[in-house]
Amino acid sequence: MAKILIRGGRVLDPASGRDEVADVLLANGVVEAVGAQLSAPDAELIDATGCWVTPGFIDLHTHLREPGQEYKEDIASGGRSAAAGGFTSIACMANTNPVNDDPSVTDYILERARQDSPVRVYPVAAATKGLAGEVMTEMVALAKAGAVAFSDDGKTIMDSGMQRRVLEYSKLTGKPVMVHAEDRCLVNDGVVNEGPVSTKLGLPGNPAIAEMVHVARDIQLAELTGAHLHVAHVSTAGAVVLIREAKNRGVHVTAEVSPHHLTLTDEATLGFSTNAKMAPPLRSALDVAACVGGLADGTLDAIATDHAPHAVHEKDVEFTAAPPGILGFETALPVVLGLVRSKSLTPLQLIASLTLNPARVLGLPQGRLEAGAPGDVVVIEPERKWIYDPAKGFSKSRNSPWAGQEMQGRVLSTIVRGRLVYHADRGVLFP
Amino acid sequence: MLGRGLLGIEDLDRDDIEKILDTAMKMKEIGERDVKKVPTLRGRTIINLFFEPSTRTRTSFEIAGKRLSADVVNFSPSSSSLTKSESILDTAKTLDAMDPDAVVIRHKVAGVPKRIADELNAPVINAGDGAHEHPTQALLDMMTVLEEKGRLDGLTVTIIGDIAHSRVARSNIYGFRKMGAEVRVAGPPTMLPSHVETLGVKAFTSLREALDGADVVMALRIQTERLSGAAFPTVREYSSTFGLDRQKMRFAKDDAIVMHPGPVNRGVELSHDLADRRPSVILDQVRNGVALRMAVLYLLAGRRKPAV
Amino acid sequence: MANDDPGSAEHARATSDAAAQSESLLLDDAAIRRALMRIAHEIIEKNEDLSRLYLVGIPNGGVPLSRQLQRNLKEIAGVDSLIGVLDTTLYRDDLVSSGARPRLRRTEMPSAVDERIVILVDDVASTGRTIRAAMDALMDFGRPRAVQVAALVDRGHRELPIKIDYVGKNVPTQHGDRVQMRGPEDALEVVLVKGGSTAGAAEPRAQRAASERST
Repeated sequence: MAKILIRGGRVLDPASGRDEVADVLLANGVVEAVGAQLSAPDAELIDATGCWVTPGFIDLHTHLREPGQEYKEDIASGGRSAAAGGFTSIACMANTNPVNDDPSVTDYILERARQDSPVRVYPVAAATKGLAGEVMTEMVALAKAGAVAFSDDGKTIMDSGMQRRVLEYSKLTGKPVMVHAEDRCLVNDGVVNEGPVSTKLGLPGNPAIAEMVHVARDIQLAELTGAHLHVAHVSTAGAVVLIREAKNRGVHVTAEVSPHHLTLTDEATLGFSTNAKMAPPLRSALDVAACVGGLADGTLDAIATDHAPHAVHEKDVEFTAAPPGILGFETALPVVLGLVRSKSLTPLQLIASLTLNPARVLGLPQGRLEAGAPGDVVVIEPERKWIYDPAKGFSKSRNSPWAGQEMQGRVLSTIVRGRLVYHADRGVLFP
Repeated sequence: MLGRGLLGIEDLDRDDIEKILDTAMKMKEIGERDVKKVPTLRGRTIINLFFEPSTRTRTSFEIAGKRLSADVVNFSPSSSSLTKSESILDTAKTLDAMDPDAVVIRHKVAGVPKRIADELNAPVINAGDGAHEHPTQALLDMMTVLEEKGRLDGLTVTIIGDIAHSRVARSNIYGFRKMGAEVRVAGPPTMLPSHVETLGVKAFTSLREALDGADVVMALRIQTERLSGAAFPTVREYSSTFGLDRQKMRFAKDDAIVMHPGPVNRGVELSHDLADRRPSVILDQVRNGVALRMAVLYLLAGRRKPAV
Repeated sequence: MANDDPGSAEHARATSDAAAQSESLLLDDAAIRRALMRIAHEIIEKNEDLSRLYLVGIPNGGVPLSRQLQRNLKEIAGVDSLIGVLDTTLYRDDLVSSGARPRLRRTEMPSAVDERIVILVDDVASTGRTIRAAMDALMDFGRPRAVQVAALVDRGHRELPIKIDYVGKNVPTQHGDRVQMRGPEDALEVVLVKGGSTAGAAEPRAQRAASERST
C-alpha cells in the first residue's frame, strides 16, 4: 500500500490538544508521523494548504437498512455516503429486517461491510428480541460476534423492569446500552414538537416531557445498576439538564446529539414538509440552544447523525403517515461547522465531538491523530461553498431538509486504514 | 392575498375576507328565487375529493356548484396512503388530468390539501384538513355573524369545546381576529392546545368567565368516540361543565347569538331548547354555507396556473 | 415631487389639461331629466296596459335612472310601476378564465315578473351583451308578458341583435372611447372620454371588459 503524505494542513487532534499547521504521514494502515516538514518522497501527496486535517469522524448512530430494506439504502451505499461525509467509522442500528438480535445477522452485516464498505462498520445489536421489549438478546454472544453496543432504537423499552434488567445484564459485556428515550404513552400520536407550531399546524404534538421522563428514568436505573447508559439523539433542554446533573454525580452516562437538533427548530415543519419530520422531533429554539450549550460544556459527548434514509414514495405522503428520519452523512460537516462559525464551539471542541468522544463511548482506538493511531484521517475545506443536491449524493435516498441549500464546508478527502477512499473531485475510490 | 385556491384563512387578509363575504351576501339571493340557478359556471367541472366522509359539507359544496350550473362530481377514496393501492398524490393527479375547474378536498390529516395543491393545475379548495383549517366554515360563520350583528369589528367571540382537535376553531380564530374581533376559547384543560395564546386568543377553563360579555358563542362538536376516558371522563360531566343552555347563556350578552358547525350532539354541547330556537342561528349557518361556497367557487373555479 | 418645484407643478397642470381635453360632456343633469321625461311619455304612448309595468334597473347606472322613471310615470299619468334591481354579472358571457372575477352587485326583485311588462333600464347601451344577459336572468325569475329596453345613451357597436326601445340620446363613438354616467343621483352627467389615437380599434375585447362593462 502506498504511503500518503498530507502536507501543510491545520492539524486538529483533540486527544493531544494539537491545533497547528503540520504534516501527516500515513503508512501501513496507520498514522506514521505527525509533525512539521515531514519528508516522504515515495508517498502520494495531498496538498492540504488552507484545509483542516483531523481524525476520521465516528458516527455512533446510523441506519444502513441492510438486511431487509435495501431499496432505500444498503451497507455499500451507506458506507459510500459516510465516506463522502468524512465518517470513517459508523455504528449501525439493529432495526433491520431481520432485526440484528442474533449473531448470524451481526456476522452478515460485518461480512457485507468487509466486502462493500469503504469505511469501518460497527453493528449495534438489539437489546431485546425483535425489538419487542419482552425478552433480552444474547448480549454476550452478540458482543463476541462484533456488536459494539445494544439498542432497541426505533422503539423504546416501556417496561421499566425490563429496562433495569437490560442495563444490569449489559454489564457482562462492558458495552453501552443506547436508549431512544421517549415515553410512548406521552408521545401518543404526536408527530411534531408540542408547542405553538403543532397548535398552528393542527398536528398532534410530541411533548418534550416524553423525552425527559425516560431520560430521568434511565439515568436512575443506570445509577442503580452501574451500567453504561448512552442517551441517543438528545433533543430537549430538560434532558440536557438531567444528563449534566447525572454526570456531576458520577453516573456512567454518555449522550449524543444530531446536527439537526443543533441547528433546526420545529418551525421547519411549517409547510408540512415531511423532510422535517424525525424522531425525536425538531424542538423549540430554547431546546436547540440548550443542546448547543450541552455540547460545548461536554454534557453531550458526541455528534451523531442518526442517518435515516427513506424512499421518496415513503416520505411523500400525508404528514402523519410518513416515516420519521432524514439523511445525515453528507450534510453533517457543513451544518455543524456553523456552530464554529457562530462561535458556539471551538474547532477542537467540534472535532472532539466527532472523533475522540464517540470513540471513547464505544471504546475504540480511533479518534486520534498521533503516531501509531489507526490510519483514519479526514481533510476538510471549511470555507468551501457548495449546493447540496441529494440526487447527486451517494445515498440511495433523498430525504433531507437541506436539499437545494447552500452548504459551507466540505470534505476534500477521506482516508480509512491508510488508504484514500474518497476524494471530492474523484468520488468514492474504494472498494 | 386570495391566490389561486383557498387553503386556509391564515393566507387571507382582511380585504380578501371582505370580498368573499360581500360576494356571498349577493349569492344568497339566488337561494331565495324559484329557479335557484345561474349559468355562471356552466360547463365547468368541480370535483369533490373527500378522503374523509362528510355528508353535510360535501352536499353543501355540491348544491353550491349546481346552483352555479357547474357539473359536480363526488369522489370518496379511502383515506390512508397506507391502506389503499393508489397513493393520495396519484389519485389527485389522475383527477387533475381530467381538467377539473376546481378540486375541493377534505382529508383527516393536516397538510394534504396543500401538498396536492402544489401538484395540481386546478385550484384547490380546502374543505377541512385534520385539525388544521376549514376555511369555508369560518367564512360562513363570519357571514352569519355579520348578518346578525352588522359588523365583526369589536365583537367578542367565545369558542367552546375540543379546541385542540378543531379545525373549525383554528380557522375561526384566524378569521375573526383578522376582522377585528376578540376571540376567546374555552374548554377543559385537556382540550386546550399547547401555547394556544400564541394564536392571539385568551383561554378559559371556566365557562362563566368565557361567556361574560360575549356577543357570539360558538359551541364545537364533541367527538363522543374520542371523549370518554380520554380527554374527558364522561359526556355527562362535559355537558354539565361546558354544555350550553339558556341558564348559562345569561352570562353572555343579552343579545348574544349561539352557533354550532353541526351536527349537534343534543344535550351535550347544546341543550335541546337552545339547539332549536333563537338565540341559536344554526340553520342560518347552513343556509349561508351554500351561498358562501357559491361565492368561493365563483371567485376561484377555472383559474388555472398560468402556462409557462 | 416637492411642492415648491416649479417643473413638477407645470407638468401636473399640463397633464390635467390634456385629460380635460379628451373628455367632453354629452348630457348634463338637466338634459338627463328631460330625456327621462320624454322616455316616460314614450312608455305611456307605447303600452296600452300601464298596470303591469315593472322597471328593472341594471346596476349601477340603471338604478337611479329607473327610480326617476318611476317618479316620472307617476307624475305624468298617475302610473304605479313596480321597481327592482337586477345584477347581470353572473350571466355575463365574458367571465375570463384567468383573470379576477368581477365584483357582484345587489339584486333585489321584490315582485314576481310573471305577466308583467318588464322595462330593463340601463345607462349606456353598446354591444347589447348586458341586455342579453339581463334577459337570461329575467327568464330565471319567471315569464314576463313582454320585455322592453330603455337606455339613456346608445353608443352603437351592436354585437348582438338587440334593440333598444327607448333611447335618451344616440351618440356615435369609436371603439376605444368610453361613455360614462357619473355623479350623485341628484346631479348626474354623462361624459365621453376619447380613447387613444390608434389604440381604439385594436383593443382586445377582454381588456375592454376589464375597463368597462361591455354593454
